[in-house]
Amino acid sequence: MSAPDASQTKQQRERATTIFEKGAPGRRAFRAPDLDVPQVDGLIPEGMRRAQPPRLPEASEPELVRHYVNLSKRNFDLDSGFYPLGSCTMKHNPRLHERVAALPGHARLHPLQDPRRAQGALELMFNLQESLAEIAGLPHVSLQPSAGSHGELAGVLLTRAYHADRGEQRTTVLTPDSAHGTNPATVTMAGYEVVKVALDAAGGVDVDDLRAKADDSVACLMLTNPSTLGIFDPNIEEIASIVHGVGATLYYDGANLNAIMGYSRPGDMGFDIVHFNLHKTFTQPHGGGGPGAGPIAVSDRIEPYLPRPQVVRRPPGAQNGSNALHENGADGRLVGGPPIFDLDEDRGGRDSKSIGKLRGFQGNYGVFVRTYAYIRSLGGEGLQDVCEVAVLNANYLLARLREKVGDRLPLAFGERCMHEFVLSGAPMKKELGIRTLDLAKRLLDHGFHPPTVYFPLVVDEALLIEPTETETRETLDAFADAIAAIIAEAEADPEIARNAPYTTPVRRLDEAGAAKRPRVREVLPQ
Amino acid sequence: MAGYTAVTAEDLAIMLDAIGVGSIAELFEAIPAGVRLERPIDLPPGEPEQAVYAELRRLAELNTSAEDEITFLGGGMYDHYVPAIIDMLMSRSEFLTPYTPYQPEVSQGGLQIMFEYQTAISELTGLPVSNASVYEGPSAVGAAAYLAKLTNKRRKVLVSRGVHPHSRATLDTLAVGYGMEVVEVGLDDALTDLGALRGALSDDISAVILQQPNFLGAIEDVQAIADAAHEHGALVVCAADPLTLGVLEAPGHQGVDVVVGEGQSLGNRLDFGGPSFGFFAATEKHLRSMPGRIAGETTDADGRRGFVLTLQTREQHIRREKATSNICTSQALNALGGVVYLSWLGRRGIVELGELMLQRTHYARETLAALDGVDKLHERPVVREFALRLDADVGRVLERCAAAGVNAGYALGRSYDEYGDGLLVAITEQRSRADIDRLAEVLAAAVAAERAGAGAEVAA
Repeated sequence: MSAPDASQTKQQRERATTIFEKGAPGRRAFRAPDLDVPQVDGLIPEGMRRAQPPRLPEASEPELVRHYVNLSKRNFDLDSGFYPLGSCTMKHNPRLHERVAALPGHARLHPLQDPRRAQGALELMFNLQESLAEIAGLPHVSLQPSAGSHGELAGVLLTRAYHADRGEQRTTVLTPDSAHGTNPATVTMAGYEVVKVALDAAGGVDVDDLRAKADDSVACLMLTNPSTLGIFDPNIEEIASIVHGVGATLYYDGANLNAIMGYSRPGDMGFDIVHFNLHKTFTQPHGGGGPGAGPIAVSDRIEPYLPRPQVVRRPPGAQNGSNALHENGADGRLVGGPPIFDLDEDRGGRDSKSIGKLRGFQGNYGVFVRTYAYIRSLGGEGLQDVCEVAVLNANYLLARLREKVGDRLPLAFGERCMHEFVLSGAPMKKELGIRTLDLAKRLLDHGFHPPTVYFPLVVDEALLIEPTETETRETLDAFADAIAAIIAEAEADPEIARNAPYTTPVRRLDEAGAAKRPRVREVLPQ
Repeated sequence: MAGYTAVTAEDLAIMLDAIGVGSIAELFEAIPAGVRLERPIDLPPGEPEQAVYAELRRLAELNTSAEDEITFLGGGMYDHYVPAIIDMLMSRSEFLTPYTPYQPEVSQGGLQIMFEYQTAISELTGLPVSNASVYEGPSAVGAAAYLAKLTNKRRKVLVSRGVHPHSRATLDTLAVGYGMEVVEVGLDDALTDLGALRGALSDDISAVILQQPNFLGAIEDVQAIADAAHEHGALVVCAADPLTLGVLEAPGHQGVDVVVGEGQSLGNRLDFGGPSFGFFAATEKHLRSMPGRIAGETTDADGRRGFVLTLQTREQHIRREKATSNICTSQALNALGGVVYLSWLGRRGIVELGELMLQRTHYARETLAALDGVDKLHERPVVREFALRLDADVGRVLERCAAAGVNAGYALGRSYDEYGDGLLVAITEQRSRADIDRLAEVLAAAVAAERAGAGAEVAA
């Protein structure tokens, strides 16, 4: 037996084994409640009963705990380090939110509960709708979409319904080159063709190109403002006027809402539809890639088409023309009469123009609880503070990086930024022979999660950096120092970065090989 | 410093100086005057943590949750027991707070769990490839229709009326965008009408969509439906209840091409409808047209086993308008709950749990159907949920039961005009024989009272 390689960590020396490789036949964690009714055979017809039980793991609870806790240690997470992932808004997840979301009155509430016995949930959703409407500057909100991409799909389908209702057949949707990939993908799923709009020299929408492409075949322009370049488009009023001039709708991708709260609102910019990413701006934890929620806010002209159900508040006596009064018991629960807060499943009944449902039930309520707690903790003033510090932090980090490595990693557009900024690694690649990917991987050895890389696509060797309001000045300084150290190291020996990382549980992985010969599940013994 | 921020006056001075501006306001100068919000955001002022806790607790207490009553409510989400190990793992920082694993070297935990999850879903559904999860159940049905369109370019989908009403409604909404037509196939005594299905099938049908067990709780003859659909080259999509698959045959073993479904019953909370996860599994040939994230096994530079997000060229961030879906993330945390739950149940447990539900459901169905004014809506075999017919106003009966602390189930008339007298009752392992007997007592009294009341009104 050879001596262990002292340069490797314990995690690096261990082969990754799945839960399917652990345990032993007969081991278990679950114990079923006793059968307390008479046993009857033959309840499932032959041929429909499962012939072989699914080969699930067989392990004790201690084994399960150890397996999954050890796996957790192979993850980087926001609670333990800086996550400057551009366009993802990795801000602190307040633990109060987890506590209140877990209260049984929220967590164990069935989605089909009679609205009269779900008044707390519906009141929360109603208040959240009102709050999001104020933040967006658009009067009507649907909480239903499950994610930003889902909100986008809702928005484009709303646009389709709006035009169809006016007897118009439109065929294209405009998106700028800097758009999130979900925008063009959504356009296709909603049955439109994508037409790209060019960017001007400052990184904004090229207004002349937009004017040339805007005609009555255009259904919608999808825009993020500030853009994924971190730049607020100074021509937004003109853009809105061009789009509205041809009868199209203006869709706001709310991924970058953190940059404007308290300073501007999509509704005031002329947008008809906006989606919120509650997992970005409003602290829903990202969970390693979901869950999120993507509510939408819309203008009056889009309102008739909103998905159902909508949460509504019915004033006493206004219920179907009756004079019934809400009756509350001693504990405050509604015990009689019509519900105050209700789910409007019909949205206008048989003549409804609603696009219908986008998913089951009424949305990701657990996410709404966290978002509502956040908005109640901060108020309008707190949200503005969030925005200001996010923009301050981004500009400060940008200033520190320009001072230290500005020649190797120049700012791609403009002089300053909103909540995020894009550096180009092109000079670094040309002069030092290391790519943005190498820089990103070497950052892992410094204990930082890298920024978003190679996006937006319009910038060569892009690094998209969003520090958020969460981070302290000390953390931003340390991050800038780490980047400077990696650049200095590469000046001396680029091989170090090219082969990074060294200290992570695994080193660079063969992604091409994984795609060429896909293995997407464990091979199980018969 | 209300917003979980940390900038002191000294920090601010240093930071503004480094940026080269005199105030924060200067950083926002790029926003044109015409689109500026010239007033504060109009929301109630922020509150300290304990006040926010109190308000959220007040709202929670206005709800009647599964903690407050004996509930038999199902219809797509179920009050199963969530083991403590899941709360513990789902609240760990390392699982709760990371982003999508774009940097696999520091995301091996999450990626391996996705790989394990995919393995478990493949095993349950009987299909070789699973993605890392999608939003939830009904939209997964919609996503399956899109996969069918990409696969055979046909534009018509047949959907059984036994499929969850929310899934059918979601499909209707999405089909407008897909440019597909959705045609419903009716039920014959609570099962998908095979004769009607055969009549509706033709070579322009892209997919046939069914649900197992269906919304009325009945076990469908999946193989017969799949065989009929395949004769015309249509894809077969089955929305399955994952927790019944310990006792019911895997749809993938019965000719189904795509199995999707709502994952909530696998260790996820009710949460008034979400977040949960949807699962999506298919035959091998659909691997490259699947929506969403997929984790795959590979090796690192030193030859170690590792995991990455794979086949990303299907996805929106690479493929943009040519992507197989616009879905950006999975429901990673909820799917983690799902795979931990399945590991906790284990190979024997999932069969035992299914068997227990089967026996108690049978007991409940026979006990309730023996009551005066209560009949079975259908006689088909069921696992965890069944439908009754009441000789009394269902809404008022439910009201009376609720007043007695029992949630008797879902009024089928809320989504099926033809079953205005129908009641859908779900029996999870949390409902004991004593609970079922209590339901029988309360339901009998409520039906009797309503019939007496209705009689009195007629007499008057």
